[in-house]
Amino acid sequence: MAKITYITNENQNYTVEVQNGLSVMEGAVQNDIPGIDADCGGGMACATCHVYVNDKWFDKLPVKEDGEEDMLDMAFEPKKNSRLSCQIIVSDELDGLTVNIPSKQG
Amino acid sequence: MNKTDALIIGAGPTGLFTAHQLKLIGLDCEIVDNLDKIGGQCIELYPDKPIYDIPAVPECTGEELTNNLLNQLKPFNIKFHLSERVDELKKEGDNWIVKTNNDTTFSTPNVIIAGGVGSFEPRKFPVKECEKFENKSILYSIKDKTIFEGKTVTIFGGGDSALDWAVELSKTSKVNLVHRRDDFRGAQATVDKVQQLSKEGKINLFTKYQMISVKGNGQLESIEIKNDDKEIKNIKTDYALGFFGLIMQLGPIANWGLNIDKKTIEVDTEKFETNQKGIYAVGDICNYPGKLKLILSGFHEGALAARACFKLARPNEKYRFEFTTSSKTIKDRLGVKSD
Repeated sequence: MAKITYITNENQNYTVEVQNGLSVMEGAVQNDIPGIDADCGGGMACATCHVYVNDKWFDKLPVKEDGEEDMLDMAFEPKKNSRLSCQIIVSDELDGLTVNIPSKQG
Repeated sequence: MNKTDALIIGAGPTGLFTAHQLKLIGLDCEIVDNLDKIGGQCIELYPDKPIYDIPAVPECTGEELTNNLLNQLKPFNIKFHLSERVDELKKEGDNWIVKTNNDTTFSTPNVIIAGGVGSFEPRKFPVKECEKFENKSILYSIKDKTIFEGKTVTIFGGGDSALDWAVELSKTSKVNLVHRRDDFRGAQATVDKVQQLSKEGKINLFTKYQMISVKGNGQLESIEIKNDDKEIKNIKTDYALGFFGLIMQLGPIANWGLNIDKKTIEVDTEKFETNQKGIYAVGDICNYPGKLKLILSGFHEGALAARACFKLARPNEKYRFEFTTSSKTIKDRLGVKSD
């Protein structure tokens, strides 16, 4: 279990407890947090669960798998700290993770 | 006006199998899809990725699944309307009148929405002002490449479309290629070609740059790009082309008066009918308690929606349940010999 904070583009903060094993994307969708569309349902095929990871956390996350960076090419305003939230799997170590949701998903 | 027993919106796996079910029970149907090819997400998002959970098919790719479904439809004559998006829907008597962006119209008692997560549309530049130049000097697809002859074209993207067009247009235009990182995801041979053309000065390569603004009066004049180190460059250009792949948009369906929640349409689990009589939703786009977004669920939903269509398409006939193994009528429709 980890507390994950999602900050929307309008600076709305949502902190929710997400079970280990779920993705950060699923944590958002299951808690009705707006701004994460996840059109493909977690298949790394659409880039609509794009988030910016707080710098403090970015290097602590497991590295991107092949394909994630390719998908991020298509995301709306990708930055250095961009990730696809469907590829970040929640564990105790991620307790306190903060992600920012972009203004749009595409 | 095309008259049909059922109009299917979406030529993905669910739409295709729903067509099969309609034809088996003796109804005709036509299919509209906004993509220029058949297969929906399977063909657009993961043609080469293996799928492992299609019943009785241990492993197949999105493309193989599409081809198998098309093979299964071979006995039937089904009219596809590709590269068309449904726009308007209105009721006329007992029928729905559906109109596409190409002005194709359909009159049908049954509309089955098998639209996945919506229709695929090109992803656009994040810069808002780009809208002013869209379809004039800012484009997301190329219909006529001769318009670029002798002009300066700035291409954005790192996939095959961006690279292929950069190579192609460099023969007759001044080409700038802008990409957000050093790595390209296009085919290696094309990446090599682009690097070579860049060395020869035929393509100006800007990596780790993204667009931040566009300028022009009616016609695009220049764009500004910024790199990771916040360095800004101003590029004079006649055209800007964005190749960022496709995104799914619910589109005009959102205005059809259906109960929509989080981009999905609420249906019952008996007929997969929406809150509008004669309009059904099946596959990823439908929602009901327990909904699973799997292809196999779409097949089930399509089979039931097809039976529901029978009632409205043949109000004076009674639908009789039959197995393909034993029904002579079905075998005749399939064009196979009865025992």
